[in-house]
Amino acid sequence: MNLPSATLLAQSVLSGVFIGALYGLLGLGLSLCWGMLRQINLAHFALAFLGAYLTYQLSTVGGLDPLATLLVVVPAFFAFGVLMQWLFARFAITPFNSLLVTFGITVIIESAIQAVWTADPRMLDSAYGHVKFKVGALYVPLPELLTLVLASLLAIAAWAALRYTDLGKAMRAAAEDAPTAAAFGVNERRLGFLLSGASAAFAGIAGLCLALSFTLAPSQIYSWVGVVFAAVMIGGLGNPLGPLVAGIVIGVSESLTMALTAPAWAPLVSFSLLIVVLLVRAEKI
Amino acid sequence: MGPRLPTRAWIALAGVALALVPLAKPPAFYESFLYLVFHWVVLATSWNILSGYSGYFSFGHGAFFGAGMYTTATLAGQFGVPFLWTLPVAALVAALFGMGIGAVVFRVGRLRGELFALLTLAVTFVLATVVLNTPIDGGQGVNLGGVKLPAILPTPSATFYILALALAVLTLYIAYEIRRSRLGLGLFAIHDDEDVAEVMGVPTFRYKIVAFGVSCALAGVAGGIHAMFVSYVTVGETFSIIVPLTVVLMSVLGGTRHWLGPAAGAAVITVLLYLFTAGDYAIAGRAAVGLILIVVILFLPGGMLGRYAGRAAGRPVARGVAPPAGVEPVRGGVAPAAPPAPAGEPLLAVRGLSQSFKGLRALDGVDLDVRRGEILGLVGPNGSGKSTLINLVSGHYRCDGGRVRFGGRDLAGAEAHRIARAGIARTYQIPRPFQHLTVLQNVALTARFGRDALDRESAEREALHWLEFTGLAAKANDLPADLNLHQRKFLELARALASRPELLLLDEVLSGLTPSEIDDAIRTIRAIRDRGATIVFVEHVMRAVMELTDRIVVLNHGRVIAEGLPAEVMGRAEVVTAYLGKPRA
Repeated sequence: MNLPSATLLAQSVLSGVFIGALYGLLGLGLSLCWGMLRQINLAHFALAFLGAYLTYQLSTVGGLDPLATLLVVVPAFFAFGVLMQWLFARFAITPFNSLLVTFGITVIIESAIQAVWTADPRMLDSAYGHVKFKVGALYVPLPELLTLVLASLLAIAAWAALRYTDLGKAMRAAAEDAPTAAAFGVNERRLGFLLSGASAAFAGIAGLCLALSFTLAPSQIYSWVGVVFAAVMIGGLGNPLGPLVAGIVIGVSESLTMALTAPAWAPLVSFSLLIVVLLVRAEKI
Repeated sequence: MGPRLPTRAWIALAGVALALVPLAKPPAFYESFLYLVFHWVVLATSWNILSGYSGYFSFGHGAFFGAGMYTTATLAGQFGVPFLWTLPVAALVAALFGMGIGAVVFRVGRLRGELFALLTLAVTFVLATVVLNTPIDGGQGVNLGGVKLPAILPTPSATFYILALALAVLTLYIAYEIRRSRLGLGLFAIHDDEDVAEVMGVPTFRYKIVAFGVSCALAGVAGGIHAMFVSYVTVGETFSIIVPLTVVLMSVLGGTRHWLGPAAGAAVITVLLYLFTAGDYAIAGRAAVGLILIVVILFLPGGMLGRYAGRAAGRPVARGVAPPAGVEPVRGGVAPAAPPAPAGEPLLAVRGLSQSFKGLRALDGVDLDVRRGEILGLVGPNGSGKSTLINLVSGHYRCDGGRVRFGGRDLAGAEAHRIARAGIARTYQIPRPFQHLTVLQNVALTARFGRDALDRESAEREALHWLEFTGLAAKANDLPADLNLHQRKFLELARALASRPELLLLDEVLSGLTPSEIDDAIRTIRAIRDRGATIVFVEHVMRAVMELTDRIVVLNHGRVIAEGLPAEVMGRAEVVTAYLGKPRA
């Protein structure tokens, strides 16, 4: 086997870190909802793509700076998350049924995207897209760097909030034992709204990163599901730092696989990892 | 005439009627459309055999469908095997693949629900990657344009139609038969509470593997036919997440607890999608399907056929039938039994039984004999290891060390369903009935999976007998959720008795009952012993222990600290200490 040069390997590790950061960012809201609200939110991916399309629309047609679109997307998505939580709480949906209901929501959002923006691929041509830094022999594209920074900031912020604030402690207590927490004055309902809203807002932010680095197409929604679920499971449900770390591990192993063998072998890594984790750690999840 | 014949006849009749359709020479388009309906009927129904019946929701049906597709594509396309011969191979490959995965996954205890769904989805993607990167596909897809389609009927569309129809009829027939069989009952019990099902005698591992194998084999054949139908097989289309999601959607929509539910869902969804596509509203159609899914889950959790699901298992023999003669009522009139003779080999001999939970020694080398025909009281303070002992003997847990001999057979570490078959039955301290089975079905289950493995009708008669005995006959067709605690405790008892056990392990059947209910229960337990059962009686209600037991064993901190006649043992200093602590000074 021909080993690629050291520079090429380093560059592929770096791109693995970047793509892994996006896995982590997409997985953050998913993991929190799954771990703490016992909801498996498949619609998270559709929401991220909807956010990406909104960013695309607001900045190409509306002329906004892509980052500024967050001012619209984040509050709107937060409201959507609250609405979803209301629905889930109202009907006391089981974890498995949450998967099916959010699949329904996914299909509806996908259809809406296709109706508005058609099935043709869309590419956001922003000023950020062309900026690249050169560090030594390696290239660092600005959009990817932005993804890494956002993903790390949000993960650390979520971790710190859960660990150090009273609200976060209440949230963890409610996740562990809702009736007992409620008996001690924790308003579980409100926390659910907050968590679901925040997680939808995270999807909006992930959407921005998608729009900056990737070509958008409605059918692309499903291509992220498997690998991000892998990151969430490997990272541990409800652990805000888990998806980022696991995402980067997966991203790097994928890009090394691509560099050393053929690009098409990459999915094998993440899914084999997921299978092993499920089999070995089933008791702990 | 029983209810069996009509349904089977209906399946056959519908099959024959539909097989006549090509005679009318409809436009090829209609045959192809109906082909798609049958195709989805097969996929959804086959998925339901494992996932709907047992609750192991698989998101990997695309993998088994795809395994069949690529088996046919490879054999017919690359090796020139005649198309029809590839179909059994496709079934075999898909079944072996599924059972291989099952053999690994089903060994991992808690891998259920969403985790099983994810795992099977991951398997799909792994298989897709392997197929894509090996000569099986190679990245370009497999073109089957050159493969000859046997002319079963004059036109290709009619041939595909008749093939898919035949497979759909076969699949529905299999789904129906399984639903009514022991296998089906076992799968439904697994759905509600797998651990209890195993302890009640259901060979859970084997049943899941068998159901998975059947499910995958049918999906494999559907894949084989579909490979020829699309004539150009690609990884992207075959292994997409859309296949498993659609299949789940169809089954949930139709109702997973009914054998016909997935087929109904498949027909509705396929027709809906077609109507929208034909009217140029494909996008709106997809959105409508999404909306339907949400509405069904929220407002109709059992699916379209959910309300008929109970009946689909066959009308219980007992419904509307007067209580059989010869079942004597329990209440009152049961004479106290003579104490049993202590001679002979013990029925149950426990030696050095140990069990630890993460360093906590719950049982520490317990020796215990249970003599044939006696009621042995097992007492001790909370946490002394009584329930653990029951859990070990019944096989609910596997023990760390020690030997359990029962009726001359070594049972330590045996699978729980074998222990049940050997003639040991138990109750659970907190009743654990199968929530979606009726009271009668709950009890009939252990009769079918017990020592005598009764057939369906005898099992229901047996069950009704024990429901009479425990005073629950009026509740036979209710669900366990409709019972109060007292009744649920008696349901536990009836369920244990219906397996006709030699040894009955009663784990705190009296806790939580009122004094008059306790009197009832004591009479019932005496009556059970009078019928020849041997009983191990774990209880905190001392009055009952003193009244009922022939001998007691006292456990403390996982060890036997005293053994003997009830009145004598309970007066011993070390027993009083174990319960009340040491007196000061």
